[in-house]
Amino acid sequence: MGVELTTTRLEDAAKWAKQSLVEKGSNWGRKFSLFTYPFVTACCGMEFMSVAGPKYDLARFGAEFPRFSPRQSDLLMVVGTITEKQGPAVKRVFDQMAEPKWVIAFGVCASTGGFYQNYHTMPGVDQVIPVDVYIPGCPPRPEQVLDGIIMLMDRIQSGRGHSQLRLKRDQLIATASSEE
Amino acid sequence: MSQKVLDALTAKFPHAVERTASTHKDEVAWIKRDNLVEVAKWLRDDPAMAFDSPVFVTAVDWLDYNPIGAPPSARWDESKPRFTVCIQLRSLVHRHRIRLEVNLPEADARCPSLAELWPAFNWQERETFDMFGIRFDGHPDLRRIYLYEEFVGYPLRKDYPKEKRQPLVRRDDLPINPIKVEHKP
Repeated sequence: MGVELTTTRLEDAAKWAKQSLVEKGSNWGRKFSLFTYPFVTACCGMEFMSVAGPKYDLARFGAEFPRFSPRQSDLLMVVGTITEKQGPAVKRVFDQMAEPKWVIAFGVCASTGGFYQNYHTMPGVDQVIPVDVYIPGCPPRPEQVLDGIIMLMDRIQSGRGHSQLRLKRDQLIATASSEE
Repeated sequence: MSQKVLDALTAKFPHAVERTASTHKDEVAWIKRDNLVEVAKWLRDDPAMAFDSPVFVTAVDWLDYNPIGAPPSARWDESKPRFTVCIQLRSLVHRHRIRLEVNLPEADARCPSLAELWPAFNWQERETFDMFGIRFDGHPDLRRIYLYEEFVGYPLRKDYPKEKRQPLVRRDDLPINPIKVEHKP
């Protein structure tokens, strides 16, 4: 955990050196202050409560503070089954969140639709919004969720989140068009 | 348990009752579609019947019904009615219950509405319409209740493809319906 100053793999070191110091610092701050928006629709919510409770203690990773407004949060946790009728609502919540933002699909229903292979269930919330980390399980153990959070934190630190990559791409396009 | 209800019903409407059955303490009467409203009205208003508690309305789709070990006569074929509407009633006064069943052909899946007699059947009939596409004649507000208005078809019918999705929104970089649906001929 934390900032890894040493690495054994050459390409990792090259990637680390390529990142600017400001980006490293801001990403370090972002990954330890994730404000979650729990979009809880189904039974996985019980497991989410367990993760957020004192026994497993999501606060150790700085993500303990659920905000019930998407405008104040930067991590959308889609917890539970998403139906086709709910799709516009999920997309609207995601669009209201400020950049940069990340999405975790919590449980197998949010990831792929799970065992609901029928007319009303969306086959994974990634049909509507881009998902950074998928946590399988029905419902997932709290340890799996913490593992997913750690994976997301690594991803944020290295700038590989969907919204971060989109921001970089937009900057590249802007610089390229200004050079022309 | 309430065989006397079936007997009274058969005595009162011999022309309307096709047949009756009593299995597992559940009394069932098959009613002709044209007589359903008068039978239901009598069941509600007669003091000896007094069915004041509507339990549910739902439907059964018998398409390709062919259970293992069933005799050939029990199997579904084109000559038999495809849908059955089930109406479960209960009397809190006399503590008896009855189920009315109405057989409907596929080409003319219409059933008289009982929402005027028991207002609780309003939403139940809307749900049956939503899932099976059975039109309830005389219903005050027959719209879809669970599914969205853009939905095409009736999902609980047996010929609805089970992998078919009808999405409302999708990401811009995805195909609209990536799952290949194979319709039955």
